[in-house]
Amino acid sequence: MITVLTRSYQDQSQATFSLTDEDHTLANSLRFTLNQDPRVTFCGYSIPHPSDARVNIRVQTTGDPASEVLKDSCQDLMLICQHVRSTFDQAVVEFKNKKGLDAMNIGP
Amino acid sequence: MEEKKTPKIPVWDLPDVPKGKLPPHLELQRTRVLCTSDAPTHTENIRYSGAYASMGVDNSLRLGHFRDNFRVEVIRLTEDDMEFDMIGIDAALANAFRRILIAELPTMAIEKVLIANNTSVIQDEVLAHRLGLVPLRVDPRLFEYMSENDVPNEKNTIVFKLHSRCERGSSRVKVLSNELQWLPRGSEFTLSTEKPAADPTSRPRTYTSFNCSQDSLPDFSNNPIGPKHDDIIIAKLGPGQEIELEAHAVKGMGKTHAKWSPVATAWYRMLPEVVLLQEIEGEKAEELVKKCPVKVFDIEDIGKGRKRATVARPRSCTLCRECIRGDDWDKHVALRRVKDHFIFTIESTGALNPEVLFTEAVKILEDKCERLSALFSPHLLKQKTESPKVPIFVTSGDLRIGAFFFEIRFFLKRLHFEFIFILVGTCKLLMGLETIMIDFYAGECQILQLASE
Repeated sequence: MITVLTRSYQDQSQATFSLTDEDHTLANSLRFTLNQDPRVTFCGYSIPHPSDARVNIRVQTTGDPASEVLKDSCQDLMLICQHVRSTFDQAVVEFKNKKGLDAMNIGP
Repeated sequence: MEEKKTPKIPVWDLPDVPKGKLPPHLELQRTRVLCTSDAPTHTENIRYSGAYASMGVDNSLRLGHFRDNFRVEVIRLTEDDMEFDMIGIDAALANAFRRILIAELPTMAIEKVLIANNTSVIQDEVLAHRLGLVPLRVDPRLFEYMSENDVPNEKNTIVFKLHSRCERGSSRVKVLSNELQWLPRGSEFTLSTEKPAADPTSRPRTYTSFNCSQDSLPDFSNNPIGPKHDDIIIAKLGPGQEIELEAHAVKGMGKTHAKWSPVATAWYRMLPEVVLLQEIEGEKAEELVKKCPVKVFDIEDIGKGRKRATVARPRSCTLCRECIRGDDWDKHVALRRVKDHFIFTIESTGALNPEVLFTEAVKILEDKCERLSALFSPHLLKQKTESPKVPIFVTSGDLRIGAFFFEIRFFLKRLHFEFIFILVGTCKLLMGLETIMIDFYAGECQILQLASE
């Protein structure tokens, strides 16, 4: 669940988003992808209290609406994850094939 | 006095700086952690897109660039653990995968223990705790979560039975985990509310309601469910002691309790890099090779009886810093870590294979992102589209005004209700009958349109 803590309707380029049921796992990864985006001037996350599962993400951009930029970063992170998964699966398959070949070569 | 003015050359036009790239000392700072004898330096990731803008270098992440540079190399893969390298990824993502592996991958573990008889020296709660920590060899993806309102059925519960006794006159007996028998038909303990022999043809109600036997399902028909290791000691019984219990296993995540964590542990380290800053020959080379406890260095003969030290196995370096201890050694040897090369090790407890675990962890991060981006539905993103406006008809009767605003009061949050009253009242006074449109979703109260009927 997401609530927007600070926003103004005149200036869409900055906002603080508060996400519930999230922690460093998603927030740090999002902060990393947000930082890579050239439209972002400032981004950071904080956890107001460690007992509550709540994360505040602050995004300030060079003009584009902050929620758009955050959504794009989510999509980027998804693409990165998909690429990681496919590369990993390929590497595991290659390793297993190589091990199978080695076992066959060593055998009589 | 004349001042000699040297012409100022911008730094990227200096002859030894390749255009569009960083000078080597900055590149070193950006990509390596320098492990000096007191503390590591340059540990932060300078990963924001404008970091080197003044040098004319674009530091932003381009997905194509990431795809070209990202590599995975598997070093070791067995049924229980694996070690692999991820090159070209950032610490934030590597840590996210590690956290998900430990805490957010679901597994099956024993949660409820129904104890019929326990005359052993192990207390009930200690026995139940130990049973919960026994790893089960079952794929958690075949089961669903069970919430408090759900009835335990064959889709969310696994039932085990343990009945062990030590006869009088025999020596002590160890209760091992292979004595946990799987009951595919569900619980055998009848509920205490059932009246005995009321209707001999019907089955009495038990603590679970299985509609069909679990071993009729194709996944379990040939491989029965049981603990991963047969030789885990659960309890020890002396003569005359007995344990009779039923254990129900459900699906959960490591976040709730560590028994549901599918990995013994999962960790990563950055690739160590050992660089010899100067040539080290002869006796000093021998000294260096002897210093290192994990034999990172090696001696190489370069002819004429001279020996030189080389770095043979930097990967096994544990960064104990023994090689830079002592006088002046840190001018000869530089210890560094490569910031984007992670050596991941995953040790599975047996429910799933380690490569499957990592794939599932990446899928979970993808799902989190998807859920988050789905929350950015159009109503949050409205800037240019018209927000829905709700007409409120204000008539001359005071009661009507009051009633309308009473309803709206609970609709609109954070609006200044009194302000509406006053404003509308004033408008009514000034202009008679009006139609007033109020923007429902605005955090601010704005009278958007005033039109007379």
